[in-house]
Amino acid sequence: MSAKKKKELQVAALENGTAIDHIPPSQLFKVAHLLELDKMNNTITIGNNFYSKKMGRKGMIKIADKFFEEDEINRIALIAPNVILNVIRDYEVIKKYPVTLPGKLTGIVKCNNPKCITNNEPMLTRFDVIDKEKGAIKCRYCERKINKEDIIIK
Amino acid sequence: MPGKSLVSIDQCSREDILRILKNAARFEANPNRTLLNGKVAATLFFEPSTRTRLSFETAVNRLGGRVVGFQDASTTSSSKGETLKDTILMVSNYADLIIMRHHLEGAARYASEVTGIPVINAGDGANQHPSQTLLDLYSIQKTQGKLTDLSITIVGDLKYGRTVHSLIVGMSYFNPTFHFVAPEELRMPEEQKNICDKLNIPYTEHTDFTEDIINQSDILYMTRVQRERFTDMEEYERVKNICILKNEMLKNSKENLRILHPLPRVNEIAYDVDDNPKAYFIQQARNGLFTRQAIICEALGINHLI
Repeated sequence: MSAKKKKELQVAALENGTAIDHIPPSQLFKVAHLLELDKMNNTITIGNNFYSKKMGRKGMIKIADKFFEEDEINRIALIAPNVILNVIRDYEVIKKYPVTLPGKLTGIVKCNNPKCITNNEPMLTRFDVIDKEKGAIKCRYCERKINKEDIIIK
Repeated sequence: MPGKSLVSIDQCSREDILRILKNAARFEANPNRTLLNGKVAATLFFEPSTRTRLSFETAVNRLGGRVVGFQDASTTSSSKGETLKDTILMVSNYADLIIMRHHLEGAARYASEVTGIPVINAGDGANQHPSQTLLDLYSIQKTQGKLTDLSITIVGDLKYGRTVHSLIVGMSYFNPTFHFVAPEELRMPEEQKNICDKLNIPYTEHTDFTEDIINQSDILYMTRVQRERFTDMEEYERVKNICILKNEMLKNSKENLRILHPLPRVNEIAYDVDDNPKAYFIQQARNGLFTRQAIICEALGINHLI
């Protein structure tokens, strides 16, 4: 069996939908959580520890008949910055691009300042992304800066 | 002109600052006005602060407005578990303006988002206290006759001092030169230094508080080393006396030098400085009244009537 054939067999092809590829294996389930896949009724294939030339091992998620809004999908850049999105229509990849952090994050990240109003009031958190490269964000309320490694997902 | 909230000094442009200071000078010349006739301001002090509250309430009263409010959250519904949002919406039914102080950071920003009436932040935890910054700027302008091209030395707790961080932002429009004097443990954070770097504002850092630095300065901005910031009391005892200003240190200082302090002071300005004509911290607090009158009119959108 050729290498190409083997690869095809790893995951079933999508007719229409989104394939999220190159997810670091340790982040796969966090990505699934962040995208609220548990609340979807679409057909979803989740696979992990596939062989990857680029990163050794990788995770992958395929969601049939689902096309994300940019802000909806870009939130995963917070935990998995190099993920590649494949938008598929009629078995063809019509668009392929890496996720990038959106300018604003609403209700996704928890502020790590215990004295921030967002940790003491039933309300959504709001963060501005101040450095897309480094993944640094700033709370819109208490104005605290949070570096990527200290970000806590709600 | 529509009213708007004042939550953070960062939202003020150079023009905003100059306009507020100009109006503050008008109030200093004539503080008793009737611009707020028929208006009600709510002073919501979820955290007590007598000095700031009296200054704001005097400002409203001298403008002919009325004040409702509380000075301690323990007597309000928030002690029963009411959310800030509900308290703010309730008060918005009664008042034309909210002036609030809260121990939680970001409280004023959130309040300004949930209500349709303007909110003035009178301090939110360690975050922002914009009326303090504007009164500092007013005091600098008044004593120096200008805001531009001044040499400003900031002394004390530069790490945690919110007035210091806001002063840097407020002064950043006016081509200052900064000297930062602090013990190693309380040095200016990178974030503030980055602001200076980005705007090409020259600054130097010192760990010794020397006459040489004082003699170059137009403004000496002293701050308190706050005991509550330290977990290690030995460390506090060691650093608290490093940055103390004594009268003898001022003997070769510039004629126009003025000493500012956001108050309250503990021991960082020796009492023998008080009689030196260069000591300005008590008058500085008085300037807060006029600056707050200007801020209130700004928030209510009636500054064109001043």
